[in-house]
Amino acid sequence: MNLWTKLKHMALFSLPQNSKTKPGKFHPAPENTTRPRRFEIYRYDPESGENPRLDVYEIDLNRCGPMILDAIIKIKNEVDSSLAFRRSCREGVCGSCAMNIDGRNTLACTQEIEDCGEVVKIYPLPHLPVIKDLVPDMTHFFAQYASIKPWVRTQTPPPADRERLQSREERGKLDGLYECILCACCSTACPSYWWNSERFLGPAALLQAHRWIQDSRDESTGERLDDLEDPFKLYRCHTIMNCTDVCPKYLSPAKAIAEIKRLLIERQH
Amino acid sequence: MNYQTPLGRARGLGSAGQGSHEWWRQRVTSVALIPLTFWFACSIALLPGLEYEAVLNWIAAPWNSVLLLFFIILTTYHTLLGLQVVIEDYIHTPWVKILSLVGIRLVFYFLGLAAVYATLRIVFAD
Repeated sequence: MNLWTKLKHMALFSLPQNSKTKPGKFHPAPENTTRPRRFEIYRYDPESGENPRLDVYEIDLNRCGPMILDAIIKIKNEVDSSLAFRRSCREGVCGSCAMNIDGRNTLACTQEIEDCGEVVKIYPLPHLPVIKDLVPDMTHFFAQYASIKPWVRTQTPPPADRERLQSREERGKLDGLYECILCACCSTACPSYWWNSERFLGPAALLQAHRWIQDSRDESTGERLDDLEDPFKLYRCHTIMNCTDVCPKYLSPAKAIAEIKRLLIERQH
Repeated sequence: MNYQTPLGRARGLGSAGQGSHEWWRQRVTSVALIPLTFWFACSIALLPGLEYEAVLNWIAAPWNSVLLLFFIILTTYHTLLGLQVVIEDYIHTPWVKILSLVGIRLVFYFLGLAAVYATLRIVFAD
């Protein structure tokens, strides 16, 4: 291995050979199509041993629902059954169909085709290992969520005759936090998460951490802050704000992270 | 083979229990450097001439020397903290990372010390 190759491996200036995307198959629109629309979709099959490719599909929008998810379901049903993607609720509640559409992470089920470009480009969420086509490996992402212990942790036993109570104001503090559906749009849009996802928890897990810090029923706020006080787990966030920009639920992970940082300073003074 | 569980991998070495101080100091130094940098730039621009003697006299004036020392120390420390963040972000080869982190510390402590020493020599010159 010569010096230049070594340097390139140390800094990784370009994609590895087997990750480069090549042109793929073309599926033209059927005859008598009245409103054709072009979709370019990332395809990768680990069993084929081949490089990823970009397949082109032309769809008649007059015979398709209004959302991106409608289009890719139509493709899978009528054009190419080998296309793999995740979906479930088709109404922005489950977070399964997060993908990169027209260069932006969002949910395929709430993204209107009309709001996309003439050629709609669809890729899996960035910087996660790809299992197949639009299906990324979310194992580490969910493990990071589990690592923040997302449940009420108390020392006081629950009241014998009722649930743990919360006032309206206390419950109100969870608004803007509890709605997160863990679709991973934010974390995979964050450059800090791209470079350091091994150790940086990322905006989704940090917003969830703040959801439990804010919960009036929880008695472990201090321990939660202790767990987060780390140059990598929390402080890789440089307020880039891509997380808040892409969140399909219009939440602000950036604000939640700023609140965590504020609390860490507040408890020192 | 790697049989470590995903949760084990996510938890890693746990929390370092620090990072807030350096994050906070980076904010404080940047706020302080807004007026200081403005003062430094304006003062140099407003000097009637940049002759050797004139600049020495400017540095030796009491308020100037105190503010200049403050400016030097804060700038050096702020740059050090910023570079540290850049290294932590982008350098992933462990030995290169630790060498760079130690290296920039030594370099910037030395630069700061040298600049402070030079200023004090001018101030206390006979």
